[in-house]
Amino acid sequence: MNIVVCVSQVPDTTTKIAIGADGKTIEKSGVKFILNPYDEYAIEEGLQLKEKFGGTVTALTVGNDSSKDILRTALAMGADKAVLISDSVNSDTFAIASSIADYAKTVAPDIIILGRQSIDYDSFAMASMVGELMNLPSISMVSSWTINGTSITAERDIEGGKEVIETSLPCVISAQKGLNNPRYPKLPDIMKAKSKPIDAVAGASVPARVMTVSMELPQTQRRGIILNDSEHDITELVRLLHEDAKVI
Amino acid sequence: MKIIVLLEPSGNSIKRSSLESITAARALGATSIHGFMYGGEASAAHIAGEYGLADIAHTPAAEYSSTAAATSLAQFAKNEAATAVIVAANATGKEIAPRVAVKLEAGYIPDCVGLALVNGSIQGTRPVYAGKARIAVSATTAMSVYALRPNVFTARKADSATSVNVRTFTPQLSESDTRVKVTNVIRNEGKLDVLEADIIVSGGRGLKGPENFHLVENLADKLSAAVGASRAVVDAGWRPHGEQVGQTGKTVSPNMYVACGISGAVQHLAGMSSSKVIVAINKDKEAPIFKVADYGIVGDVFDVLPVLSQKIAAVTGK
Repeated sequence: MNIVVCVSQVPDTTTKIAIGADGKTIEKSGVKFILNPYDEYAIEEGLQLKEKFGGTVTALTVGNDSSKDILRTALAMGADKAVLISDSVNSDTFAIASSIADYAKTVAPDIIILGRQSIDYDSFAMASMVGELMNLPSISMVSSWTINGTSITAERDIEGGKEVIETSLPCVISAQKGLNNPRYPKLPDIMKAKSKPIDAVAGASVPARVMTVSMELPQTQRRGIILNDSEHDITELVRLLHEDAKVI
Repeated sequence: MKIIVLLEPSGNSIKRSSLESITAARALGATSIHGFMYGGEASAAHIAGEYGLADIAHTPAAEYSSTAAATSLAQFAKNEAATAVIVAANATGKEIAPRVAVKLEAGYIPDCVGLALVNGSIQGTRPVYAGKARIAVSATTAMSVYALRPNVFTARKADSATSVNVRTFTPQLSESDTRVKVTNVIRNEGKLDVLEADIIVSGGRGLKGPENFHLVENLADKLSAAVGASRAVVDAGWRPHGEQVGQTGKTVSPNMYVACGISGAVQHLAGMSSSKVIVAINKDKEAPIFKVADYGIVGDVFDVLPVLSQKIAAVTGK
């Protein structure tokens, strides 16, 4: 089975965000970058498929030199091959999806696996966009699935329940938390991954279809009324919720 | 400006998030707004008239297919020479909108919490980096597709209801359009999902153990609310993942969010900071949750929740 796993590099969630000099992106200096947490499920799923069906796992990312760190994590976890596709300045989700699709078409994967979202821009768009660009079926937020020959039965989380979906290989899926338990890379594998080759591929040169006009830090407009735990104050809270906020 | 709004059928009506999309389109001052509904009964669309939508195209479908829905919506938008397509950023919308955008060669702006007309084009505002920043985004293309975060835009009825014309739209579908099929939907019976609730009461590590969640459930019951949970208690196995609110769980915007014994780590705030009213109960007055709270009670959940439930029951009559 020819398995492609797409990963992305994102700022650590707990990192402090400051707006950069351009007023449209974050100030990157001092920010700790990590492998997008959902992509760990994607890598693990790819590795488990390989263990079950044989084949190869190729980890790819669209980024720059600093993105090699996350590819090395994928290699240390057990990916066979790593590909770094160069990103263009001011690219958007569509431009990145185009780069992934252009590369993936050259290797004709049976399955492309992504994390359900990148925790930087939370767009939830990549699985559907890559599927569309490659004319492949896609299922996002898969929480469990089975492959039988070329048939796929998957469960995906929706509001108030789950959808059971059927489709067939080749296809694109995005991994929901709980799909598996990602393995931790072992120290010798981390060391070995440092010297493994990373293929460099030029990204698609398509213009972005959206642009950021401005970025700002959110203004909180919360009431900030803090009370204590006396019965009087709890009664007052209920009154405020009922009469002022009118939520009960 | 011509806007197509995706209407999602729900029984004999359409989802509230679709009504929010109609209201958002009207607020932009669009001269022409058309609804598009895939699957469901044509009659379900009639409620849209109360929200000022007169023209609705309906594509009947015996079974739901995200790929076929995307192709149908894109073809309809193209036929109508629309300038924008608006969907809800829910499980359905987030799945099909990126495909629709690619088909229409349109810019896609997901998870909008604001829409504004700027120099004749629709600008979307959206949270990024776990809500620690907010960006304004515009499309560089002639057409654009927007997904609106549910329960952030308010659905408002029009001054007078419009009579609705539902016409059938028959898309040209190829075999590849129907490769993804929903064969079953498993409902969480008897349990309100945090994504569908007007009020959510969430519990965190302050509850000390799964056996104490009845305190949270009891308050939720008095408020007809859904029960939510922090990542810590889900990871500890106290509560199911479906209840998790936050970055690795669900992003919610209820009318009221009550955080009980939740410190308010940034991952949690990412999932609930767009709630309309936030109430926090925590014994640590320095807990970050108080910084985003409208109302807070500094106190132990074990002392506060029983009293609060009783006082709220007196108001709600439950």
